[in-house]
Amino acid sequence: MTTFLLIGALVLLLSAFLCLYRIGQGPTAPDRTVAIDILGTLVVGFCCIMALWTGHDFYMNVAIAWALLSFIGTIALAKYLEGRYYDE
Amino acid sequence: MNEIAAHILIGVGLGFDLFGCIGLVRLPDVYNRVQAATKCVTLGTCMILVGTLVRAWGAGIEGGSAMGIKALLCAVFILLTSPVAAHAIARGAYKSGVRLWEGSVIDRYGEEKHPSRPPDERTEPARTREPLGASREGR
Repeated sequence: MTTFLLIGALVLLLSAFLCLYRIGQGPTAPDRTVAIDILGTLVVGFCCIMALWTGHDFYMNVAIAWALLSFIGTIALAKYLEGRYYDE
Repeated sequence: MNEIAAHILIGVGLGFDLFGCIGLVRLPDVYNRVQAATKCVTLGTCMILVGTLVRAWGAGIEGGSAMGIKALLCAVFILLTSPVAAHAIARGAYKSGVRLWEGSVIDRYGEEKHPSRPPDERTEPARTREPLGASREGR
């Protein structure tokens, strides 16, 4: 079980680095917003892996709070994008 | 038995997460990236959460029932909010003037909103505002 969870955490880390590449490289602001949203969802999955690994259930509290705050932040960024030039 | 089911669920979910992020890097356009990344990562993370639920309820981890209920709550919440966020991002991108990829074949939103414009000019940059500092020079 521990080896499986270690492999899972490494896969999620690789996915997070792909998201970070898109955040740094993305040609427009909406690209970066999408990558931030996806990174928030990946962190929720990582919290699940950590909860199973350590056996503590407070990681799930972190996951719920992270999902809520990520959603609110993404909506705020999307509303901010609507009235702007794309490179502003 | 529970552990095998949890392993299968979490493994398939991790695969969906990884392929969604590869799509986020490889695809050519904001709209394609929204499409690939949001669908794959939503399903993948929900499968990881359901696997956590199966594992926590089946194996008798201490505090496992609280962990399972929180995982279920989080899965429902992600299923509800992730498409809304993706739709808002795509709408904001279109309204801020990001062009579609040259290989895109159809643009229903632009056809419906600006039927008279040629296809290249359907994305609508917010050019109604004055540039910053323009009104001050007139005074």
